[in-house]
Amino acid sequence: MEHKVIGKSVERWDAIAKVTGRANYTGDIPQKELLYGKICRAKITHGKVKNMDISEALKVPGVIKILTPDDVPEISFPTAGHPYSLDPKFADIADRRILTRNVRLYGDEIAAVIAESELAAEIAASKIKVEYEEYEFYLSPEEALKEGAVEIHEGTKNILAATKAEIGDIDTGFKEADFIVEDVCATPIIQHCQMENQIAYAYKDVDNRWVCVTSTQIPHICRRILGQAFGMPWGRFRVIKPFIGGGFGNKQDVTIEPLVVAMSMAVGGKPVMVDLHREEVFGWTRVRHAISYKVKMGFTKDGVITAADIEATSNNGAYASHGHAIVAKGGGITTAIYKIPNFRYRAKTVYTNTAAAGAMRGYGVPQITYALETFMNKVSIQTGIDQFELREKNLTKVNEENPLLHMVQHTMSLRECFAKGKEIFKWDDKRKSIDKDKNTASDYVRGLGMAAFAYTSGAYPKTMEIGGCRLILNQDGSIKLMVGATEIGQGADTVFSQMVADTIGIPFEWVIADAYTDTDIAPFDTGAYASRQTFVSGMAVKKAAVELKEKILQAAYDFSKIGNKVPIEDLDIVDGNIIQKHNGQILETLGDLALKTYYDLHSGSCLTADVSNKCTKNAYPYGVTLTEVEVDKKTGKVEVLSILNVHDSGKIINPLLASGQVEGGMAQGLGYGLAEELKYDEKTGKPLNNNLLDYKMPTFMDVPDLDVAFVEIEDPVGPYGNKSLGEPPLCSPAPALRNAIIDALGIYVKDIPVTPQKIIEALSENREV
Amino acid sequence: MLKTINCTVNGRAMELQVDVRESLLDMLRNRLHLTGTKQGCGVGECGACAVLIDGETLDSCIYLAVWADGKDIVSIEGLTGADGSLSDLQQNFVDKGAVQCGFCTPGFVVSATALLEKNPNPSKDEIRRGLSGNLCRCTGYQKILDAVESTADQRRNK
Repeated sequence: MEHKVIGKSVERWDAIAKVTGRANYTGDIPQKELLYGKICRAKITHGKVKNMDISEALKVPGVIKILTPDDVPEISFPTAGHPYSLDPKFADIADRRILTRNVRLYGDEIAAVIAESELAAEIAASKIKVEYEEYEFYLSPEEALKEGAVEIHEGTKNILAATKAEIGDIDTGFKEADFIVEDVCATPIIQHCQMENQIAYAYKDVDNRWVCVTSTQIPHICRRILGQAFGMPWGRFRVIKPFIGGGFGNKQDVTIEPLVVAMSMAVGGKPVMVDLHREEVFGWTRVRHAISYKVKMGFTKDGVITAADIEATSNNGAYASHGHAIVAKGGGITTAIYKIPNFRYRAKTVYTNTAAAGAMRGYGVPQITYALETFMNKVSIQTGIDQFELREKNLTKVNEENPLLHMVQHTMSLRECFAKGKEIFKWDDKRKSIDKDKNTASDYVRGLGMAAFAYTSGAYPKTMEIGGCRLILNQDGSIKLMVGATEIGQGADTVFSQMVADTIGIPFEWVIADAYTDTDIAPFDTGAYASRQTFVSGMAVKKAAVELKEKILQAAYDFSKIGNKVPIEDLDIVDGNIIQKHNGQILETLGDLALKTYYDLHSGSCLTADVSNKCTKNAYPYGVTLTEVEVDKKTGKVEVLSILNVHDSGKIINPLLASGQVEGGMAQGLGYGLAEELKYDEKTGKPLNNNLLDYKMPTFMDVPDLDVAFVEIEDPVGPYGNKSLGEPPLCSPAPALRNAIIDALGIYVKDIPVTPQKIIEALSENREV
Repeated sequence: MLKTINCTVNGRAMELQVDVRESLLDMLRNRLHLTGTKQGCGVGECGACAVLIDGETLDSCIYLAVWADGKDIVSIEGLTGADGSLSDLQQNFVDKGAVQCGFCTPGFVVSATALLEKNPNPSKDEIRRGLSGNLCRCTGYQKILDAVESTADQRRNK
């Protein structure tokens, strides 16, 4: 099909507002009589609050009220941005209270101050005197699982969940193998570092309902969780999301929203705002799960996998949040990329006293991709089989059902991605050049690395997928677009607008998007996660656009004069005009027609389409990272000389936005591979580097030129042939970089981040691959 | 304690009463409602609050409002033309796709404006170093680099 707007790099509709500083984020909206809230955080890492004395804190001028666990509902609620589960078996674990007496991590939320100024609230929070009963604390799954460990959550033995998925019989598979390779690796706790911290305020509205304005990826889910947290009907709450300064999964969880509502409730519905410090966001919102892997695979002598046994242990931190879903995803992702006849995937998620791990861009896939792709690198080195070839021998086949995800893979394009990547990157030339220099005695050595990945589009069939879209034809032919899907910076609203314009046949500029997602107004949609929106919400947008177009053409037919009627099948809309298909003749403008639908004395109506669409499909995007690094053997410093990501995300709706998504993901992957780790003090359990200075998120100087290419194979199930793109870009850079470092040095480094320190240690021990 | 200061903000002379503990960022956002300047960390690590003070790029979150006495302050709102038109740099941020969530964008536009003022022909490395005080988690910096380079190119070829 020929597209006029889809596939074009149209300017994002909100760009001008953002470059001029006119885009209003949660903290930019003026509020009368606004009060400020501050959280009083525990100063121990594991234990119980025995006694709390707030008398001194109450004397601080400007303090209005202090909330303790006695002042909030005794109701436990879940926080994950998952759809509600009708089956209690699959419901999210409800282990949170708005404030807690049970301290499960350093900084846990034990009281909250409401004051006239942020400063007064902060001073008062520091004057609350707390007596604790202290327990031993655990910073790693190994410690939390040791004999006699204190339970972080009663009755759990510190195991959140343990699962096993199997295909075939691994014993048989290993017997059939000509050789077996084993490896272990570990990934770190990292943090999203979205530029806008968690911020929310709440107030009682004129209709006596509770409004929470918040920087969230999941407005509709947030409303439901507020209902759960207060034990009140969900409709008593209204959640509004203004412009949002990034999320990357950190805001796919409910964090401060129940607290701000509780604060407003405590002061008669006056508006109360909580604006977290960067240190709080790092330490006490959500982080990425650190997962360690044991991988064992059997191969025929030609390098074909006969069996694989993977054991993954995931550090969930102190609260369930998204919990086991993240490590569990690794099994189905492994079988989405490689054909494994005999497979066992055992996963365990463990509570510890570190920050609660939740969703973060990639949702467990960067971790499993790291394990798989460093493993394949090892096999390639041991067997001498070329890295690309080894993978190609084992790729899944088109139109086969993924045995663990239970969805057919309609495409498998890694061969195309590899070919395109090698050509653009000049892989073979670079290989020759590096090999030529291999024996020169220099402190600077170069190496090449690659890593591939597979991903999914949305969360079906693990959870239900629904998208909502309402379209309204305005009097001038422009169209108001309303979606429940959440714009968080990725450009979703721009892409939806392109879909509407393309499908109906109007210029892009005629579609009116909106920064706000308001649960009272926006159609139901679960929000920004799982790289689902262009795929799942896009299906609803397409359906609504098709429906509205039909209604417009019907109106054009109905309003045309008898004797002058063009058969409806011969009508179309092109560039905002109603035309006759067979000769392209313009009959009238869409604006003229719209005016009639509104104002004709006898007939017509305001034309709308309101679609809610369950998506029961999934599609698999793929891609590969190729990179060249130079390592200084004296200092362990790694310089990334070049890096390329090639993606198959099906049809690309907006190439400029798409390449921007990929570049951002690559930079995050680079940080993941080389620098980022949230560290904890072994003695106290305190986070050590919960700030942007000591936590090494890539700066402008750390990121080289980023190269991006697409293999556009239209997907048969995506609404416009498109598949997901948001999360995939950060899945493969970390293993590719690590593989390149190994290639450069000829020594073995197993865990990320591959810091200069780890390189120097490995070099001094001369660890063999 | 309140103190009176006199300064110029985005070309307008002002007399303001500020708390002696107040940051310039809070003064701009809370007293003048110039909310284009963002707070990302509050301690001078991220650059989201960058403004120009007598032409120098500084993080307004760690600059006291009282220090602004006698100074010429320019925030993101002051970089747009009096008629509301975008600067060439702002236009390039739009055209090159350098904007995603947009929270770091005002700070980047401010810092890059000063960078190009001082060095009209920056190399890629000079752009990277010059803007390394501004963090962005969305873009990987690539398209911000493109926008700054394009602006320098266009100015050269005018």
